[in-house]
Amino acid sequence: MNSIKPYLRLSGLEPLIIRPETNFVNVGERTNVTGSKKFARLIREGQYEEALSVARQQVENGAQVLDVNMDDALLDGVKAMTTFLNLLQSEPDIARIPIMIDSSKFEIIEAGLKCIQGKCIVNSISLKEGEAKFIEQAFICKSFGASVIVMAFDEAGQADTKKRKTEICKRAYTILTEKVGYHPEDIIFDPNIFAIATGIEEHNNYAVDFIEATREIKQLMPLTKVSGGVSNVSFSFRGNDHVREAIHSVFLYHAIRAGMDMGIVNAGQLVVYDEIEPTLKQLCEDVILNHNNDNNEATEKLISFAETVKAKGKENVKDESWRSDAVEQRLTHSLVNGITDYIEADTEEARQKYPRPLDVIEGPLMDGMNVVGDLFGAGKMFLPQVVKSARVMKKAVAVLTPYIEQEKLDRQANQEPGSVNEKGPAKILLATVKGDVHDIGKNIVGVVLGCNGYDIIDLGVMVPAEKILETAAKEQVDIIGLSGLITPSLDEMVHVAHEMKRRDMKVPLLIGGATTSRMHTAVKIAPQYDDGVVHVLDASRSVTVAGSLLSEDQRGGFLQNIKVEYDKLREDFGNKRTAKQFLTFAESQRNAAVLDWNNFKPVKPAFTGTKIFDNYSLQEISEYIDWQPFFIAWEMHGKFPQILSDSVIGKEATKLYNDANELLQKIIDEKWLSARGVVGFWEAQKTSPDTITVNAGDSKIDLEFLRQQVKKAAGEPNLSLADFIHPSATDHIGAFAVTIQGIEEHIKRFEQNHDDYNKIILQALADRLAEAFAELLHKRTRVEFWGYVNDEQLSNEQLIKEEYTGIRPAPGYPACPDHTEKHKLFRLLGGEKNTGIILTESLAMYPASSVCGWYFANPVSKYFGVGKIGQDQLQDYANRKRMSIDEMTRWLRPVLE
Amino acid sequence: MKTIQELLKERILIIDGAMGTMIQRHKLQEADYRGDRFKDWHTDVKGNNDLLSITQPGIITGIHKQYLEAGADIIETNTFSSTTIAQADYDMQSLAYEMNVASANCARAAADEYTKKDPSKPRFVAGAIGPLNKTLSLSPDVNNPGFRAVSFDEVATAYYEQVKGLVDGAVDILLVETIFDTLNAKAAIYAIKKYFRDTGKPELPIMISGTITDASGRTLSGQTLEAFYISVMHANPLSVGLNCALGASEMRPHIEELSSIASCYTSAYPNAGLPNAFGEYDEQPSQTAHIIEEWAKEGFVNIVGGCCGTTPDHIKHIAEEVKGFKPRQLPVLEPALV
Repeated sequence: MNSIKPYLRLSGLEPLIIRPETNFVNVGERTNVTGSKKFARLIREGQYEEALSVARQQVENGAQVLDVNMDDALLDGVKAMTTFLNLLQSEPDIARIPIMIDSSKFEIIEAGLKCIQGKCIVNSISLKEGEAKFIEQAFICKSFGASVIVMAFDEAGQADTKKRKTEICKRAYTILTEKVGYHPEDIIFDPNIFAIATGIEEHNNYAVDFIEATREIKQLMPLTKVSGGVSNVSFSFRGNDHVREAIHSVFLYHAIRAGMDMGIVNAGQLVVYDEIEPTLKQLCEDVILNHNNDNNEATEKLISFAETVKAKGKENVKDESWRSDAVEQRLTHSLVNGITDYIEADTEEARQKYPRPLDVIEGPLMDGMNVVGDLFGAGKMFLPQVVKSARVMKKAVAVLTPYIEQEKLDRQANQEPGSVNEKGPAKILLATVKGDVHDIGKNIVGVVLGCNGYDIIDLGVMVPAEKILETAAKEQVDIIGLSGLITPSLDEMVHVAHEMKRRDMKVPLLIGGATTSRMHTAVKIAPQYDDGVVHVLDASRSVTVAGSLLSEDQRGGFLQNIKVEYDKLREDFGNKRTAKQFLTFAESQRNAAVLDWNNFKPVKPAFTGTKIFDNYSLQEISEYIDWQPFFIAWEMHGKFPQILSDSVIGKEATKLYNDANELLQKIIDEKWLSARGVVGFWEAQKTSPDTITVNAGDSKIDLEFLRQQVKKAAGEPNLSLADFIHPSATDHIGAFAVTIQGIEEHIKRFEQNHDDYNKIILQALADRLAEAFAELLHKRTRVEFWGYVNDEQLSNEQLIKEEYTGIRPAPGYPACPDHTEKHKLFRLLGGEKNTGIILTESLAMYPASSVCGWYFANPVSKYFGVGKIGQDQLQDYANRKRMSIDEMTRWLRPVLE
Repeated sequence: MKTIQELLKERILIIDGAMGTMIQRHKLQEADYRGDRFKDWHTDVKGNNDLLSITQPGIITGIHKQYLEAGADIIETNTFSSTTIAQADYDMQSLAYEMNVASANCARAAADEYTKKDPSKPRFVAGAIGPLNKTLSLSPDVNNPGFRAVSFDEVATAYYEQVKGLVDGAVDILLVETIFDTLNAKAAIYAIKKYFRDTGKPELPIMISGTITDASGRTLSGQTLEAFYISVMHANPLSVGLNCALGASEMRPHIEELSSIASCYTSAYPNAGLPNAFGEYDEQPSQTAHIIEEWAKEGFVNIVGGCCGTTPDHIKHIAEEVKGFKPRQLPVLEPALV
């Protein structure tokens, strides 16, 4: 029978259920006018939209609950709370998480409760003004269904000792459960975190009082929760973040063990408990636990230590004390911190210490990688750090490999029995599917899985199904992972799944890559194969997915859950299909965009035909780089440059950014890569509703476009790119292709050095350079080659936001989703000879860092998505392109139902 | 006589079907709606179905009896729009309280008549509390997402008056239904709790019924089903469930999910399928009943019935099909976390 546990349950648009294994709940603290100067200013100035972005950032950084506080003497708190929360409800990505309504004025709390449909937390009520008031306020909170934070505060004041804290909480508990009817799990206590190490001896035991009170509260009232504002504890060290972070970390370490469930913290400013330098950690322990603290002795010590840190200022002194640890600890230290300096010597030392070289891998190195895996899993390390750890690991393994090989040979010579059947670590095969050349994401997944002890077989890019499946069988792999970036790769994945079933394979199949989705996997791939198909959103998920699939205990349940989830998605998909209304193709053509051609005179480009740019200055190109996608490639999400100062990932993002810029400069200075581009312009005319005829000099080429067919609001046209070209007078169209060449040898070199970190940076940079080159050539096209704008004063930021005039849509992307039009584009530009780009059978471009597209100059032209099209348009389009319906269907599948 | 709580342990209870669909069959004209009392009313009132409890009580009581005859254990009062806010469309705000009392009287009389006929099958009256035509979580102005057409206090005040009318008209249960904005429902719950606290009367059982509007599985105000349930748990309801917007086959996954997370009884009263191109419901009684039978078999439900487009014939078929099945058992509420 079903059973329901007394968990604390909260909700925004989505539920948040706090279970014992939830560990510590982060409450986002920046949407608080008393704690954030920026937020306070925005609210005071009425800039609510901006203020919302503060909230969004909190959610993106992993806040599970959002604390909102409008207690400011200069504000109408009721109005500010109401306005902000009402606005917040219209942002589903923020409203997803529960709200903590934070105020010392109950009228503001009540106003907040009246705005929120989900189940909130009220922060806070207390016995400060007596029992009657407390009961009245609790009843109101309960009638809104809110959980309450109760401060350990009574008529006599705020509780400072363990005894008082516990007594007040117990008293409040009895009143709430017996007189108001609160469920125990909806009660959260805040037993007051006060500043310690203030120099006043009475304050020295404050942290102990909190921790011990927490322990007793959780023992007496096990269903309740304990929360607190952590930064108070280190208040006397304000201005010295280094020491404050250490104090917070040590404090939380003890408080969480005592039962603290949630807290208002700046997660980005927490150091890993295990990583605090030992002297400082010991001093913090003493001060927090009030040990060795007679006559403020521990306090004095921490204060004088803090002075030395302060004196050092920003100067970063390398702490080399870890070098005196045992070799095992040194290896772990190097792995966790990504230090390569000593890894070879340390590995060699370990090899001599252990009986067999393999023991070093299975012993200390794997132990170290497990620490990395755990920290990553707990969100305490970020992807770039993990990739650095992997680099250290690979270097260590490279030291050992010759000895392992030698040992194998020796054993074969001695014919030792039993050694052949040793079962090594689980094997995972990774491949980018046939026709696709993109592999940054796949490489990252390989590194992350490698870090977690799996043996990775990476078949590279453009791998045909047969090769994947034959290798899988030969190597007896445990999991197959497929990756792809362009839309035709989706079909190829369906094909691989289908083949796996035909071959009666049993290994699970993982699906990943930018173009893949849970929905596509559920609807198209999963039905092809019965033994487990799982969509993996990003590299960090791949570890848990692989772990679940390879565990005998978990696999069945995990796959069953996935199956239920996918069945539901499929069902929803089936239900949804009829939801949108579509026009017939003829109707949509009649609703084409009508441009005011009478008042528009097309501009003639400076030349027709093509112009080639070889070895274009990388320095110049680099000024057009859009860095945000670079960070996304590393699974670091956020706006650039704000990401560099982000409270959680800012530090690591900055490191990565610096490393990338260093490599970029090297690439430019030492000419590692070269940029090649072609632009071309031709006379063109719209010759039928969705056809543009291009005069290519010796021949005419018909470009075919697709038209939106979804029913639009009144007055909104059904767009096709053809609408932007003049139907009678002479107009022009342009095209471009850019590519970044020469990456292969450098990739190879990094691979030989086991340096995945720089390899991935290099690949990501090459992609960015190709995009930047496209941006640059487009700009020159606008003002120079085509010259349809006279003066353009756009910053790089504005360019990234596509504020320029005219567009450069790429075949295969939303405005013209048919990849096969690329053939015409490359024919016009002079093919491989001019462009330096090869098209694969799926029409991916090689080198992978390439971009192509059409130029439209018309000032009303804009980017749009064609969306789904009907069978009637498909038929018409196939006729126009002289292709069979089957073939056309294959290429256009993503836009068909 | 057995209480509703006792009956819910024994069998699946039946709630009635659509009121509007049945009223339509009478093809009433403006004059019928007005009756004698409102013959000079200054706005058109045709379509104000709740008014009929005052002007045509015979028709309303008659419909209740048809549902009771079909086997309904619970009938809903004709009060879906009997609030000052919803009645503003007809400028009849001042009649809201009276409509609630009148509608409750119609249902009470019909239910008592049937209970008297067969005391082993007692019948219950649920006071229907609808969602309002104004919503607290969404802005009607796309350019100003922070705007609200109505305030929480206004909504709570309107519901408070409705609750007072329903209780004065002697309903057995309060049913907050067709919830597409959870904050409106929270205002209704707030009003109910406040009413009973203010008057000191014993609290009536509350039934809560939300509406999943499309295949996304969310309410119109954007909550997932579980988030919705968590948001209304504090009503300490007799039952939680789903009604309207979907037909039985579309509702199935959601009622299955709800059945696994709800600590109280569950209810479900879907529409008679999805409307056809003319906005009519044409799922046949046997079809609806067949789908609901499967829910009963799986143990998902405690209370079933129909919403838009369903008729006494649907209810009769549903009652017939679920008769043989045991009701969903309440989950065990564990006292400890681990």
